[in-house]
Amino acid sequence: MAVTALIDAGAIRQLRHHRSRHRLRVGLTLGAVLLVAFALAMVLGDYPVPLPDLLGALLSPLTGVAHPGIDFIVLNVRLPRAVLAVLSGAAFGLSGSIFQTLLRNPLASPDIIGISQGASAAAVFCIIVLGWSGTPLALGALAGALLTALTVYALAWRDGVSPYRVVLIGIAIAAILSACIAYLFTRARLTQVQEALTWLVGSLNAAGTTQIGPLALALVVLVPAALLLSRALFVLQLGDDTARALGARVELTRLGLMLTGVALAAFATAAVGPVAFVAFVAGPIARQLLGAGRPVLLPAMLVGAITMLGADLLAQHALPATQLPVGVVTGLFGALFLIWLLISANRAGNL
Amino acid sequence: MTTAHTLAAQGLSLGYDDRDIVTGLDFAVPQGKLTVIIGANASGKSTLLRGLSRLLAPRAGTVLLNGKSIHALSTRQVATIMGVLPQSPTAPEGILVADLVARGRYPHQGWFRRPSHDDDLAVAAALAATDMADFADQPVDALSGGQRQRVWIAMALAQGTDLLLLDEPTTFLDIHHQVEVLDLLTDLVRSAGRTVVVVLHDLNLACRYADHIVAMKEGRLVAEGAPSAVVTEALVAEVFNLAARVVPDPVSGTPLIVPIGRHHAGDTAAQP
Repeated sequence: MAVTALIDAGAIRQLRHHRSRHRLRVGLTLGAVLLVAFALAMVLGDYPVPLPDLLGALLSPLTGVAHPGIDFIVLNVRLPRAVLAVLSGAAFGLSGSIFQTLLRNPLASPDIIGISQGASAAAVFCIIVLGWSGTPLALGALAGALLTALTVYALAWRDGVSPYRVVLIGIAIAAILSACIAYLFTRARLTQVQEALTWLVGSLNAAGTTQIGPLALALVVLVPAALLLSRALFVLQLGDDTARALGARVELTRLGLMLTGVALAAFATAAVGPVAFVAFVAGPIARQLLGAGRPVLLPAMLVGAITMLGADLLAQHALPATQLPVGVVTGLFGALFLIWLLISANRAGNL
Repeated sequence: MTTAHTLAAQGLSLGYDDRDIVTGLDFAVPQGKLTVIIGANASGKSTLLRGLSRLLAPRAGTVLLNGKSIHALSTRQVATIMGVLPQSPTAPEGILVADLVARGRYPHQGWFRRPSHDDDLAVAAALAATDMADFADQPVDALSGGQRQRVWIAMALAQGTDLLLLDEPTTFLDIHHQVEVLDLLTDLVRSAGRTVVVVLHDLNLACRYADHIVAMKEGRLVAEGAPSAVVTEALVAEVFNLAARVVPDPVSGTPLIVPIGRHHAGDTAAQP
């Protein structure tokens, strides 16, 4: 068979270029959608701000021209909220997509394999038993997420980490931690339960520099780390043996990517609470849009940010007199998406 | 391309968990030849291949690539010399044929190096060699088992290595494609001077295509050499616990193994 077919490198190059142009188009479209959502988040509300005033308000710290009322609403209320939504959504989306690609399983996002539950159990413990709030509470949640991830990794280790074991052990740990949370609730006073529940649903209400600062710093470190390590994901997708055969350092890369993914989820959860399903849906949506069997880390970040921001817009403005926590909307949206994913995967027979 | 690379096992022991599969095995891969490893199920053929290709760390002994311990070399460096096609690779959902084959170029690419003309050329050549060029823009999911297997072989070819190790590459293929794959591997050895090691189940194709045959039993090397010199009725009985007649293959003159079961065997039926 070696003789008959022509060797046509041009066709391969064309195919490659065609696909990278498609990826660029999808990326730009996602960026545009995010920009529109961001503008809506600035403009909409009880006190509508027209676009020209919005620009003036955003630039007011530089220009010194001030409309105190508008400036306050834009700079101190809406801007921090939208920025926190974008950063946390991006972190969740990237984290979920890392885990799903690495573990070769669409169910393997941090909110399914126990990492969110680890943060939650720690946070509920901090609220109910220690009476903490604010920054110590966030640090407690962070520690809980990291500790859970280490436990899952250690228990899944057996001459290396098999993706399948991580998912199953993660689900088991998540169940244990949910039981711990339920137990803590039985020991708590009603006001504490209310406070803990608010944290568990996840919300952007407390948006301020104490939430945004640490998360932004974490992203500055973790996003480049993820992108540097992501090159090996292209061959890790082919199975451990194939990846090794192609010269990837499988265990080292996997550990690095897992740490990055855990840290992303942990910092985002510490900032906004375990907002349900954002990490879970971002990767699959990005993959649907790109239609390719390749890692989709950057698009998943954009989709995560759009999901969080869009869900918050719905949560704030969908019902006329009521403002919902963002986690209620993402929970509903994510549950529907999970059902759709299971149905379509069941048809294709590949879950 | 000339083969200047040597691969050898010295006192190699391999195993999983607490089970030893291969024990104290010495073997030098003949350069510029097609070597076929045969043996019964669980005789350690695949384990030996995984050991030789550094996918499995030795319990004892060493694997030497160009005289140096393969585990002391950087795995990326090894990947530019030796290509390996493991038994059950995973194709990501939705991946296109050309994209999958292009991943064979991984060891030749770096953090910031974009795919180059060399990469495109290697992918195109690998697709042409495996007769898959017409499928370049198709999703791998949509292919038949045999076509998929050829895509994986194309990926290993795109890696462009002098040494190529394949674990049962003809599984899932019909007889026509089995012969094509073995013809292709023979081309690689004869015209490109590569060294190929392959695990095969089909004894007769193994005898016909092997320059050098290696028979394994219970983790040990029972016999090795040219098929016509080593494959005898006694060897088949020892390695496969099977009564058989060995006659000259009417096409190639190599040994042809004709099994004798309990039925349909006339006077020569094997005793139960």
